[in-house]
Amino acid sequence: MAFKHYVLVCGGEGCNTKRALAVHDALLKEVREQGVENEVQVLKTGSFGFCGECAAVQILPDQTLYVDVQAGDAAAIVTQHLKQGRPVARLLFDPQTTAKYFPKDVPAGHQKQLRIVLRNCGVIDPERIEDYLAREGYAALEKALFKMKPDDVIEELKKSGLRGRGGGGYPTWQKWLFTKKVASDQKYIICNADEGDPGAYMDRSTLEGDPHSILEAMAIAGYTVGASQGYIYIRAEYPLAINRLNMAIAQARELGLLGQGILGSGFDFDIELRLGAGAFVCGEETALITSIEGNRGMPSPRPPYPAVKGLWQKPTVINNVETWAAIPVILLKGGDWFGKIGTATSKGTKVFALTGKVNNCGLIEVPMGITLREIIYEIGGGILGGKAFKAVQTGGPSGGVITKDYLDMPIDYESLGQLGSIMGSGGMIVMDEDDCMVDVSKFYLEFTVDESCGKCAPCRIGGRTLYNLVDKISKGQGTLHDIEQIRDIGHAMRKASLCGLGQTAPNPAISTLKYFEAEYLAHINDKKCPAGKCRDLLTFFILPDKCIGCTLCARRCPVNCISGDRRAVHVIDAAKCIKCGECYQACKFGAVERT
Amino acid sequence: MKNIKLEINGKPVTVKEGTTILKAAQKVNVKVPVLCYHPDLPAWAACGICVVKIAGTAKMLRACSTPVEEGMKIVTHDPEIVQIRRTVIELILSTHPNDCLQCPRNQNCELQKLAADFGIRELPFEHRLRDLPVDTTTGSIVLNPEKCVLCGRCAKVCQQMQNVWALEFLGRGEKTRIAPAADVKLGESPCIKCGQCSAHCPVGAIYEKDETRDVLKALLNPDLHCVVQIAPAVRVAIGEAFGFEPGTLLTGKTYAALRQMGFKAIFDTNFGADLTIMEEAAEFVERFAKGHGELPLITSCCPAWVDYMEKFAPDMVPHFSSAKSPHEMVGVMAKTYYAEKMGLDPKNIYMVSIMPCTAKKYEVSRSKDMFASGHQDVDVSLTTRELSRMFKAAGIDFANLPDDETSDSILGSYSGAGTIFGATGGVMEAALRTAHHMLTHKQLDDVNFMAVRGLDGVKEAMLNIAGQEIRIAVAHWMCNIETVLDRVRAAKKANGEPAYHFIEVMACRGGCVGGGGQPYGADDEVRRKRAAGLYKDDRECAHRCSHENEEVQAIYTDFLGSPLSAKAHHYLHNQYTAKPLYRK
Repeated sequence: MAFKHYVLVCGGEGCNTKRALAVHDALLKEVREQGVENEVQVLKTGSFGFCGECAAVQILPDQTLYVDVQAGDAAAIVTQHLKQGRPVARLLFDPQTTAKYFPKDVPAGHQKQLRIVLRNCGVIDPERIEDYLAREGYAALEKALFKMKPDDVIEELKKSGLRGRGGGGYPTWQKWLFTKKVASDQKYIICNADEGDPGAYMDRSTLEGDPHSILEAMAIAGYTVGASQGYIYIRAEYPLAINRLNMAIAQARELGLLGQGILGSGFDFDIELRLGAGAFVCGEETALITSIEGNRGMPSPRPPYPAVKGLWQKPTVINNVETWAAIPVILLKGGDWFGKIGTATSKGTKVFALTGKVNNCGLIEVPMGITLREIIYEIGGGILGGKAFKAVQTGGPSGGVITKDYLDMPIDYESLGQLGSIMGSGGMIVMDEDDCMVDVSKFYLEFTVDESCGKCAPCRIGGRTLYNLVDKISKGQGTLHDIEQIRDIGHAMRKASLCGLGQTAPNPAISTLKYFEAEYLAHINDKKCPAGKCRDLLTFFILPDKCIGCTLCARRCPVNCISGDRRAVHVIDAAKCIKCGECYQACKFGAVERT
Repeated sequence: MKNIKLEINGKPVTVKEGTTILKAAQKVNVKVPVLCYHPDLPAWAACGICVVKIAGTAKMLRACSTPVEEGMKIVTHDPEIVQIRRTVIELILSTHPNDCLQCPRNQNCELQKLAADFGIRELPFEHRLRDLPVDTTTGSIVLNPEKCVLCGRCAKVCQQMQNVWALEFLGRGEKTRIAPAADVKLGESPCIKCGQCSAHCPVGAIYEKDETRDVLKALLNPDLHCVVQIAPAVRVAIGEAFGFEPGTLLTGKTYAALRQMGFKAIFDTNFGADLTIMEEAAEFVERFAKGHGELPLITSCCPAWVDYMEKFAPDMVPHFSSAKSPHEMVGVMAKTYYAEKMGLDPKNIYMVSIMPCTAKKYEVSRSKDMFASGHQDVDVSLTTRELSRMFKAAGIDFANLPDDETSDSILGSYSGAGTIFGATGGVMEAALRTAHHMLTHKQLDDVNFMAVRGLDGVKEAMLNIAGQEIRIAVAHWMCNIETVLDRVRAAKKANGEPAYHFIEVMACRGGCVGGGGQPYGADDEVRRKRAAGLYKDDRECAHRCSHENEEVQAIYTDFLGSPLSAKAHHYLHNQYTAKPLYRK
């Protein structure tokens, strides 16, 4: 059954689902009312990555991309575009101003994005296995089962140079090989879908947009290492992804792509979901495994590694969603093909959730070795409001900041590590001149303090002490001795914490201190926050020569601390001021000053 | 297993595959400091104090849990490592009350020792306490979460060694604390009061309820006739608090010290053990030879095990020996038989038991059967640790006390069978010695039943007494009991021969010598030494069998009649009932 047009509506969880749903429903209604339901199919897909321009709609086969679509635009799209063949110009995404578009439609040289992991996201209906099959879905599994030996699969992965995308960067082929080598009556395959970094949604988007790719890759791993059971450990906060995975598992079982004797071979493999209860630490593989076993999610020492003793003490391959999603493509196109993308040590592509002070926020997939400048200025469209770039945080709460001096450094696992940050799972938050580094460090520490499992002393106690020290500095109560303590505690946490969470928790503090020590010193010595962010150090006052007495600031002030008659100069009572900044934001004449 | 060669601080060392860095270091006399690690338990790797450097990796690894690898080059001490350890200790101290002077673990605290070793003179980090309530609901064990360093030992002991799961981590991050699941109080939890948590705690976060003041008050009361008894395992452990090697047999010195404390009579729980054997062996013969009652017969002198059975395995009630535990027998006989003989009003007799055990504190009032004399048969049960503190407070020069002090008639003499009650397998061995006599009316050529001795978790044996096959099992530390009980259940279900005829269970590892109330620092080596002390006592006893104890013979002639008589039943036996795991 072929349609003349396919209308794809971007629909991830959480973004602006309601809006996307409304657009989807409006389009569906319009198609029916205008009597073109036999020519046009309207589909909800996974994320296109245009998270700042919701809702995004793509028309196939002509690949027109509309952004910022409202439900009210449905009539115009159906009448004008689908019936008359004239695109709705006002909704068109303009690839000239920003280079953010699907690779094949971008002129050579500007092709910054390369979608391997996200190849099907926003292209197929994730709820229909037929769509996945039509795009070579399960062909890699078929190839592995009938044309490759387990060692061939590992060899292909080795050639590809694929490394774990969950943050650790461990070579995937080695993990598989270790597990394959251990003799055991039972082995397990686990997909780590416990994505928990603040602002990260790479894995969620992949699972929502292309669930079958994960199932296929896990089955391939099962065949390779000799496992018959897989588990996907996913956060319960991802209901749409869970729903789509369950649907996908049922469909795959029905077609004999999971279960007994897959595709008529002698290979059995099945997958079940396990829902996480929202602890960040359960993204750490040993904590995740013990959580699947029904225990409290706490990490345990490695070795033994899961590859040797994992789930229920059996050899276990555990990989992250993004790693899994790349595997079917690698088998189909070959490890050599994948290995040509990227840098000497880091191959392929990486998905980032680009957020913060950039013009185009969203999900991007780029080849390893791309520079931060390319990501921020070309894909991201530069800094919001034309302000000055200050730093970018990679690796979420476990990462560190990277300054403008390193904007042109090619990104890979090693280069980020050398700068005191990490690749992590792919959070990327851009900060501008208005962001205070002491405040940034406090934000991430607050997260890791809250998410520490409490098992090991360095993380449990060190994290809180570190937070309190940074907090003290942000309030202008810090001393130079506090900086020494931050370094001491940070070092002890890095070396003596049990798991990655604790070992990397001090990174935001240590790296901001490394690159922005002057900012810390300004808070300590001058009691000033240069970025104007740390409330306790701010003073607001009104410039008499600029104030026209419009009273707006007084009306906005939540504590009524601004006085002054209409058309007379206003005054802020500093004793009462809570430094919320409402007046500063409100004043249209630049009369409110902040120091 | 293959040998692994490695280097520690430049010294070559060869160890078996699977050995941890910590153990390999011990082999070359390198001491890596630890806090959360305990040799009884798999490494939990929480505290981070034992980190070491390994050539070729930037990370530091935990010595307690990292197995050695061929060719490893390990550095256990350098200025950086020492500084990191010091910072971690300082961090731990920053959330610890540090009120060492009022702490039950003062001078016996692993954290205090670390702080002293590292020369901590000031606390650089902000001091934060959590103001958590103290849990005193069991009457045996006190949990003070504020002092807890979250090493996890208590929870791991409770879960993995004892299979009780009363203790668990609650909350997360800095709010993590140890408490029973669902945050009920310990007294409402499945806790069996074995006290292994307290014996393994490195600090003063979980400890025995101290009742020494009650005893001192009683000793000061001129109206009270204070009597005392000591359990078998106490005599081979009390010396550890006074500089003696574990296992040194110090019965005479302990009697002498107690006499100095002012007790009017010194009894011995070993006498009670002999009495227990008379009843229990008779019970066994009744069930085995005469078919009255269910087999296997299961021993019941361990109160933690009784509590466990009532909560976790109530289907075993009909299998339990109804004989009371030895100290309860001494208690009730003191307030009846002894009172009668001495012309004392039992209400004025104050009976103190010195036990290696925290569960005995619970046992003294566990049911109305513990009031068989018309009064509470045992007024107070103190642990070995409490006794050593009382001796010290009383200024007793324990090491220089005479060794030949004797106990008092008529509840004081004991046989070798009574004294081995304190070690795993001892009750079984003692019972077999007397059961043999009851079944055959003959003397044993060799009274030693070696198959039931030693630290294996489950010991099984098949014996032949008077041409009859007797299958026995001995289990200790609670995690081993379920396998034994499952065999009993399976055989019952199959309606066939019982899996065993006689089972001995003790809750603690090694039996009472490894009890929850014993001096700190027990590991398997210490447990073996303490047990060896008891077997030495056994060998040196004039009588090796309970039925040969003349005071025991006298008590039957003068007072009880015969084992299992109506009077014996009234005073020396008790009943069991199923109990809910959670009382809330």
